[in-house]
Amino acid sequence: MVRSKNFFMKFYLALIIAFLYIPIAVLVVLSFNDSRSRVVWGGFTLEWYKTLFHNSDVVAALQNTLTIGFGSALIATVIGVLAAVGIDAMKKRSYSLTLGVGNIPMLNADIVTGIALMLWFSRFTNLGYVSILLAHVTFNIPYVILSVLPKLQQMDMSVYEAARDLGASSVKAFTRVILPNIFPAVVSGFFMAVTMSMDDFVVTYFTKGAGINTLSTMIYGELKRGIKPEMYALSTLIFAVVLIVLLLVNYMPRIRQKQIQRKLQNRKAAS
Amino acid sequence: MEQAILNLEHLSKSFDGKKILDDLSIDIGKNEFVTLLGPSGCGKTTTLRMIGGFIMPDEGRVIFEGKDITALPPDKRHINTVFQKYSLFSHMSVADNIAFGLKLKKKSSAYIHDKIKYALKLVDLEGYEDRHPMSLSGGQQQRIAIARAIVNEPKVLLLDEPLGALDLKLRQDMQKELIKIKNELGITFVFVTHDQEEALTMSDRIIVMNQGLIQQIGTPVDIYNEPENAFVADFIGESNIIDGVMPKDFLVEILGIPFPCVDSGFGRNELVDVVIRPEDMEFQKPGSGMLDGRVTSILFKGVHYEMKVQAGGFEWLAHSTEAYHPGTEVGIYVKPENIQIMHKPTSAAQEVINTNE
Amino acid sequence: MNKRSLLAGPYIVWIIGFTVLPLLMIIFYALGDGRGEMTMSNILAIFEPVHLKALLLALWLAILCTGICLVLAYPLALILRKLNIGKQGMMAIIVILPMWVNFILRIMAWQLLLSRNGLINGALGAIGLPGQDLANSSMAIVIGMVYDYLPFMILPVYNAVTDLKDDVIEAARDLGAPPKAVLTRIMIPLTKPGIISGITMVFVPSLTAFAIPDILGGGKVMLIGNIIEQEFSTSMNWHLGSGLSIALMIFVLISMIFTSNEEEGKERRAW
Repeated sequence: MVRSKNFFMKFYLALIIAFLYIPIAVLVVLSFNDSRSRVVWGGFTLEWYKTLFHNSDVVAALQNTLTIGFGSALIATVIGVLAAVGIDAMKKRSYSLTLGVGNIPMLNADIVTGIALMLWFSRFTNLGYVSILLAHVTFNIPYVILSVLPKLQQMDMSVYEAARDLGASSVKAFTRVILPNIFPAVVSGFFMAVTMSMDDFVVTYFTKGAGINTLSTMIYGELKRGIKPEMYALSTLIFAVVLIVLLLVNYMPRIRQKQIQRKLQNRKAAS
Repeated sequence: MEQAILNLEHLSKSFDGKKILDDLSIDIGKNEFVTLLGPSGCGKTTTLRMIGGFIMPDEGRVIFEGKDITALPPDKRHINTVFQKYSLFSHMSVADNIAFGLKLKKKSSAYIHDKIKYALKLVDLEGYEDRHPMSLSGGQQQRIAIARAIVNEPKVLLLDEPLGALDLKLRQDMQKELIKIKNELGITFVFVTHDQEEALTMSDRIIVMNQGLIQQIGTPVDIYNEPENAFVADFIGESNIIDGVMPKDFLVEILGIPFPCVDSGFGRNELVDVVIRPEDMEFQKPGSGMLDGRVTSILFKGVHYEMKVQAGGFEWLAHSTEAYHPGTEVGIYVKPENIQIMHKPTSAAQEVINTNE
Repeated sequence: MNKRSLLAGPYIVWIIGFTVLPLLMIIFYALGDGRGEMTMSNILAIFEPVHLKALLLALWLAILCTGICLVLAYPLALILRKLNIGKQGMMAIIVILPMWVNFILRIMAWQLLLSRNGLINGALGAIGLPGQDLANSSMAIVIGMVYDYLPFMILPVYNAVTDLKDDVIEAARDLGAPPKAVLTRIMIPLTKPGIISGITMVFVPSLTAFAIPDILGGGKVMLIGNIIEQEFSTSMNWHLGSGLSIALMIFVLISMIFTSNEEEGKERRAW
């Protein structure tokens, strides 16, 4: 009975994972489909992977997506980490006020955030690359804070004071003592921000103006006319790269640990 | 022991191929205060969790009032537990915490109300009904945890190192409190601790465990005065444990020096472990004791001084109300009845115990 | 204000510049009629039958989507806890990874899966069931939204469920609670903060979505998000669009207060 319960649990888990990944599998299949139609299988081809980088529109949209993704995440991480350290030191009232107002872009409807920023930006300047970047930084900062602040609160701040006591300047104490402690949270906040930026459609759609596209808005525009098969190839590529990076990041430490353990065991056995 | 309420029969358990319990059998009587005592990893908590129903033994049975309850889930057992980390429900008030078990049993609200009152009175926290558990101190939370368990009128109350997280003063108060509660309720307590002093203070009977095996079962006085092996002697209080030889009855040779003793029945020239408690080490003028030594260190411990004495190539531990400062030459004397002779461990498992010390 | 909290300075400037002022901007537009007069009519336009119908339909689909997400995510979290998977954050990665495939493409993949001769109908046909006409329906929109927002339910709920202490659950069992009572009386109440944060993370975007209904509704289903979007993209009535956005925001705020109010009441009693 225990075994069947276990089987049921694993089955459910597999079902959810399948639900999350079936659409991706569809796109991967389409990326190898030698037919411009989405519903007809025209045989296997690598054509779309070859033509992908010859299409200057696609390359430009990819560039925009990547530079905005990483750029906005980087800016958001710098501002967010400083903010988290600052917020951590605040008294209760300014603490909850700052967090409350600061979380608006994360909790508010994307469509409202997008429209509000669009109205605001278009007062001063033409919409374009910069307005998208600023908008992405805006909704990314809360994710960084969300990731970093709990780590800071868990941390014993007396280590900072100890560092100061031992003669470290406040900057040194921050970079040498606090930063190493919260670094994993900073990285995951950065990663989350890149993900949110790359995944965003709505805010970009409203703040982009004419003549510039990220992958999302480009594909949205193509929806009615028919999506270029290169897009399937591109998203398959992006997915594969991210998957490999994640697997490496996640399994490398464990593999190394196992290697070290084995080495130790061998040494023990030898002695 | 009068009548047994719990019988643990040949319990064995392994985790990840490591044997945690090895063929453990204990009978626990009605109204008894039994303590499972041992270092961490000795299997005491595993034993308790088997009684509570949280772990199934690989082999053996748990018999409660004559019925086999080995496979019965915890919620079907007439046994309650006071957990080490209190484990109060943080989303409920104190009263709701205490009422939890009673509400599940669909008791009337008047009954529940009375029970809460009674239990809070018993643990000295009257008027705390509406407080939130997280706003209470550790000691108060522990009392609530006890109240929450006892309102269900268990026949056996399991206590898993319940005082471990409290500071010394509070711990001593709670020890007295627990004995008081036990006497009032008249039920069986099975108590787990690694604190030998706590065990000696509270228990009717102590079961000393190590490496999944029972080392000794006995009253606190028995266990302290007549440890059955070197592990028990070392674990219960401080001791000098030293190798000896029994050339004949009532005489043991330690470091080549004959000491009269009261033990007999050992084989001729059998190798034995000799235990001498530090408070039984008596100092005389050099030359007039059994062997001479020199004090190497002294520590003031409040009631007594603790000295280390180098004599015959062995470092002895001694307690005395008088101070003997380092460098002092002393003669060591031990009364025959204060020398405890024990067989050397024979089984492989017991061997492990000694090498692990 | 102590010195350390000054580090939050750049962030506070950012919040004012890119969150507070844009929101004031949208209010400014909402209250204007384009001829320099102040009016409430843009906001009150939400009560016009077309808009109200779109809002109520959006509300219904959002409730459906949020409910389904919760019903899917909670057992998953329990299973992950039981199987003791994901201590290394593996589950978080599994859930977030799909976000790296373009959002529009993933939703489009559902369009293919749900279409008349798509995979789902193919699978239904293969086991002898009648095909369903799922494409371009409210049901398709709900499936798409559940798919896209499920991770935002899984993550907080899963965090809350794995944070539950074993000893508290054991204590409940010990006090006579069968597994079902442990779930309803202990686990669900204790994980309520996670559940509520999951609900807000799913409810708000699903209520205000416009891209998913646009793609999977085939232009047939008009939700409030679509109407607002059209005011900006085709009708070019920024004032009405802003007014409806504000009305939507007020509506979201009210429903959020509705869900979190209970929590706060408890908290107050607790202390």
